[in-house]
Amino acid sequence: MLKNRSLNLWPIALLLVATPAFAQQAPAPAPSGSVDWFAEFGVPKPQRDPITGELPVKPYAQADANAGAVPFSGDAMARAFGGQPGLHRLVDRSVQLYDADPAIKGIFAATDHVRLRRLLFEQFCHILNAGCHYSGRTMREAHSQLGLRSRELNALVVDLQRAMTESQIPFAAQNRFLAKLAPMKHDVVTR
Amino acid sequence: MVVCLSRVRHWVIAAVLAVLLAPAPVLADPVIDGGKLLLTNAVTTIEGSAGGGLSSWATIPGMETDHGVGLSGFATGLALRDFRLEAHGVALALHDRVAISYARQNFDTLSAGIALGLGHGYTFQQDIVAARVRLAGDLVYGPDWLPAISIGADFKHNLNGAVVRLVGAQQSAGSDLVISATKLLLAHSVLIDTTFRLTKANQFGLLGFGGDRSTARHGEFEGAIGYQLARRLVIGGEWRSRPDNLGFARETAAHDLFAAWAVGRHATLTAAWVDIGPVATFRPQRGAYLSVQLAC
Repeated sequence: MLKNRSLNLWPIALLLVATPAFAQQAPAPAPSGSVDWFAEFGVPKPQRDPITGELPVKPYAQADANAGAVPFSGDAMARAFGGQPGLHRLVDRSVQLYDADPAIKGIFAATDHVRLRRLLFEQFCHILNAGCHYSGRTMREAHSQLGLRSRELNALVVDLQRAMTESQIPFAAQNRFLAKLAPMKHDVVTR
Repeated sequence: MVVCLSRVRHWVIAAVLAVLLAPAPVLADPVIDGGKLLLTNAVTTIEGSAGGGLSSWATIPGMETDHGVGLSGFATGLALRDFRLEAHGVALALHDRVAISYARQNFDTLSAGIALGLGHGYTFQQDIVAARVRLAGDLVYGPDWLPAISIGADFKHNLNGAVVRLVGAQQSAGSDLVISATKLLLAHSVLIDTTFRLTKANQFGLLGFGGDRSTARHGEFEGAIGYQLARRLVIGGEWRSRPDNLGFARETAAHDLFAAWAVGRHATLTAAWVDIGPVATFRPQRGAYLSVQLAC
């Protein structure tokens, strides 16, 4: 009986494994559908933190330097990006665009979006000197399992540019910000 | 026990499939990936290489990234006071690393052809094959102090050998050696190119190579500076020094002011005001330049 059931699930297992994001990042995304894959694979189901809503991560050393760029001084850039409320809108819209972009949506399929949005916000806010600390991993560690190539990084930049333009951030300020991110390519692109 | 074995089976199947299927998404990727950032393929010089209109840059043509193949084609018209230059060509690029291009130049002497004793509308023609390799650096990414650096060569073949020798040129074919460094300083939205070219070409090679005044290759400088006004629009200027090999007609530096507009990801229009100085004893030649580039 059990044997039959597992055989019937082969096509689904095949699809999941064929998805690169699945192979690249653990833990697996919460299953949609009726099958409890955590039970199938005999691994404990990760529980979201009742307060933050984030999935647990292994401990690591936190430091603002992990943000990967020296922050701007002064408040001109923070104002150009609409302060912290503007940055929340920018990050939410960017992640929305990433998830809709056929070139890159698979990359974040297995990523905890609650944590992703929080850390992107913290990183942007810290670099733009809008009054935040960054509590995420280093750029190298954070992207080590994503398998990003240049074309995917470019797609991320294009989506971010679109979100910044929608937020009516002046083009020169957009480029000033991107100039802080551009040197990170070395740590972010792994193949 | 059965349950346990079932779990083991899941893991084994997953592991085997992961190994078998891991390369599949890579293979499924399009060869022409088109992933380059807008405008970072630059436009096409009148000699078919990637760059501005006059200066060759360290950029690689096409919209490919480091995993793909890119294609690019261009057509350019330059209406000068007494002459008209038309150029068109194609380029093939691999992995944003290597490029090879072909261009044909047609330099129509119009009514000046009569004064030159060549006849009305006599047209100098030239074929150019150019090759470039990006050795290091990146136009956009990486540290500001490391520009994209490319080397290459332009192999030029003038199709009017008898005439260009008659005006004093030593050869009807020649090759230029080129090294370029180009960087987009994002923080300032400014692009800077500096290029060093070893050449003996007279008027880009349209009047042959070497002459009565000099037969050796000369080190010449070409440079460009651009400002990105908006995501799709760059304005700037270029300057290019050139040898002065022919005794009968002085040759000076060429320069231009340009605006390049990315119509979309695959098309760029460039308009410029160009001054290439005196040509074959005729007054300084200035005029409007229009170029279209299609790339994927």
